[in-house]
Amino acid sequence: MNDIHGCVKRFEVDRAIIDAKGMHYFELNALLRELSADGIRDVEVYNVYGQRYIGTGLKTPLNIRIYGVPGNDLGAFMDGQRIFVYGNAQDGCGNTMNDGLIIVHGDSGDVAGYGMRGGKIFVKGDAGFRVGVHMKEYGGKRPTIIIGGNVGDFLGEYMSGGIILVLNLSRKEGGGKRSMKFVGVGMHGGTIYIRGEVVHVAKEARVVETDEHDLRLISELVRDFSTCFSLGMSIDEIMSNEFVKVVPASSRPYGKLYG
Amino acid sequence: MRRYLLPEYIVERDDLKCTRCKICVEQCTYGVHNYNAIKNMIESRSELCVDCLRCVLFCPVNAITVRRNPNVYKENYHWTYEFITSIKRQADTGSALLSGMGCDKQNLTYWDKLLLNACQVTNPPIDPIREPIEIRTYLGGKPKMLEFEFNDEDITLGTKLGPCLCAETPILFAAMSYGALNLNVHEALARAAVDCGTYFNCGEGGLHPSLYKYSDHTIVQVASGRFGVDLKYLSVGAAIEIKIGQGAKPGIGGHLPGEKVSDDIAMVRMIPAGTDAISPAPHHDIYSIEDLRQLIYALKETVEYTKPVAVKIAAVHNSAAIASGIVRAGADIIVLDGVRGATGAAPKAIRDNVGIPIELAVASVDQRLRDEGVRDEVSLIASGGIRSSADVVKAVALGADAVYIGTAALIAMGCTLCQKCYTGKCPWGIATTDPEISKRLNPEDAYKRVVNLVKAWSIEIKEMLGAMGMDAIESLRGNREQLRGVGLTDRELEILGVKMAGE
Repeated sequence: MNDIHGCVKRFEVDRAIIDAKGMHYFELNALLRELSADGIRDVEVYNVYGQRYIGTGLKTPLNIRIYGVPGNDLGAFMDGQRIFVYGNAQDGCGNTMNDGLIIVHGDSGDVAGYGMRGGKIFVKGDAGFRVGVHMKEYGGKRPTIIIGGNVGDFLGEYMSGGIILVLNLSRKEGGGKRSMKFVGVGMHGGTIYIRGEVVHVAKEARVVETDEHDLRLISELVRDFSTCFSLGMSIDEIMSNEFVKVVPASSRPYGKLYG
Repeated sequence: MRRYLLPEYIVERDDLKCTRCKICVEQCTYGVHNYNAIKNMIESRSELCVDCLRCVLFCPVNAITVRRNPNVYKENYHWTYEFITSIKRQADTGSALLSGMGCDKQNLTYWDKLLLNACQVTNPPIDPIREPIEIRTYLGGKPKMLEFEFNDEDITLGTKLGPCLCAETPILFAAMSYGALNLNVHEALARAAVDCGTYFNCGEGGLHPSLYKYSDHTIVQVASGRFGVDLKYLSVGAAIEIKIGQGAKPGIGGHLPGEKVSDDIAMVRMIPAGTDAISPAPHHDIYSIEDLRQLIYALKETVEYTKPVAVKIAAVHNSAAIASGIVRAGADIIVLDGVRGATGAAPKAIRDNVGIPIELAVASVDQRLRDEGVRDEVSLIASGGIRSSADVVKAVALGADAVYIGTAALIAMGCTLCQKCYTGKCPWGIATTDPEISKRLNPEDAYKRVVNLVKAWSIEIKEMLGAMGMDAIESLRGNREQLRGVGLTDRELEILGVKMAGE
């Protein structure tokens, strides 16, 4: 397997490199499954130009380093693998992810972490609309999404569990600020922390003061986050800002709708 | 506030027959019957009765009768009992009305206006007792043509076939979730599916670990709430169904109230116990056919293209155009759920007024896909109010490959269509997750009844096929020449693609 299809190079026993140039996602994902089943634990994929579903359907642990721009549904239904993106991610990254890690060194598109039940998604830059829509938690699983920059509207829509932290680090003074409307619309579980202020919270959510426990948790999350990226700011500097906590107004938003 | 509602039913007891055994008191989950020790009498509060007939059927001496309340509002064709009662209920509560089971309105059933053909003289019928009649149905995309490789005496199929479900009868069990139903019902359906060589759809509430052993006969569903969906769930099912909509409530999501989310249901759905399990109306990542394709292929990638992926939509005005898009999106099976489709809970206004009859939808979708030359790329499952083997045969003649039955299977188990599923107090132990009431449904007994139903219908389907001179259900699929309409307008006949009886 040293040079399968002319695009894979295998180093040592458990490392390989894939040149994905011109490769269909069908081929790339089949290759990842084949390598993973064959004992590869670290794979670097170069020349990624929009191939979808990378990391889906893998049954063994695998670290995937992506150089380029992976396509939609990166790590969909993923169960414990780790993906590092050296570029931007597109829409739907971490769709219904059960466990694992997605680290994006650029920006991410819409609906990151849809229905996510476990694992972590860290995005260094900005993220699109509907981040963490229908994110949930169960038993020992508590998913986490941290966005270094800002996000679009409908953050944490229908959220029923887990933690979302938005750091707003990319916000430029006096400009480039997004409105972030309808935070927590339909929210009935989980917690959203936002560094800075929130201008528009949906009626199903409410803003509460952060306490000591929250700040300790945020500080741990920021520490995790800062080990993945060079943020140009110390943890103390980040923590010196105010944080807003958004929680559901009720765990039964539809409780009184029907009679 | 005093409630101005008439009791809908009157419960009468023949006191001379009544032995005070109190079975009716134990059996009623709505608290209608109460024993008065001082009078040594059983008293009945008619206003609480839902006409489930549990007490009537369980009374050992047949002492109980339930009948419609004869005190009706003054006769009025416009302001019927139903409208007046609904207004009074809403004036009391200020809430949207909920309802269980499917739409019960008149004039929406076309099955009864369609009649089947039979052979006489020139084209002899086939006797199914003597000759085999094939009703096995493959569900999934079919190749446009087959190529064979000839090597000396050996012939092998050269065409690569896509994944298909193989059902021994064109009857599958419709998606009904764990949560709406209890585990006994799921187990009965799963076992019946195995016995009948068909498939049970676990619905959007996940699959209980104890049912994984039946997973070769299970279709797993993925809906907008993604409850219980993980790699294992997707991998074990025989097929995956994406639920976009359902006939009972097109355009409306699902909602299991927090009080029904017990520890076990929370475990299967993988959510915290006691919170509302909300399946929003839209999938928030699907706004176009291209987005649907993205989810279909995400699922196909996940299971390495080994299982067919179905897409279920409610039958609505432009179903044909939508179905055409679904084929392009890469689905292997399209499920059409008509206006009669049932549910555990739907807003009454939606249930009774949204969607179109399945007969018209199947006919128009089948025709559209044929016109576009893509009919063979998908299978079509018709669903929503299939009541008999004749409905199945007519659905196939209109263009369906198979049907889903939900309500019919529940009726086989004991359901009497009292339409109160949303209360969670189903006296027959079906649409309830209350551990005590659920015990009323014996999974062994329920499984046998459902198997019997499917066996009986399968025999009747063979008889009807034999009468039409056909020895395989394949010959009937979309064969509308075998149908004739009665009492229908030219326009209705045109959309159904059938001739008038006598033509």
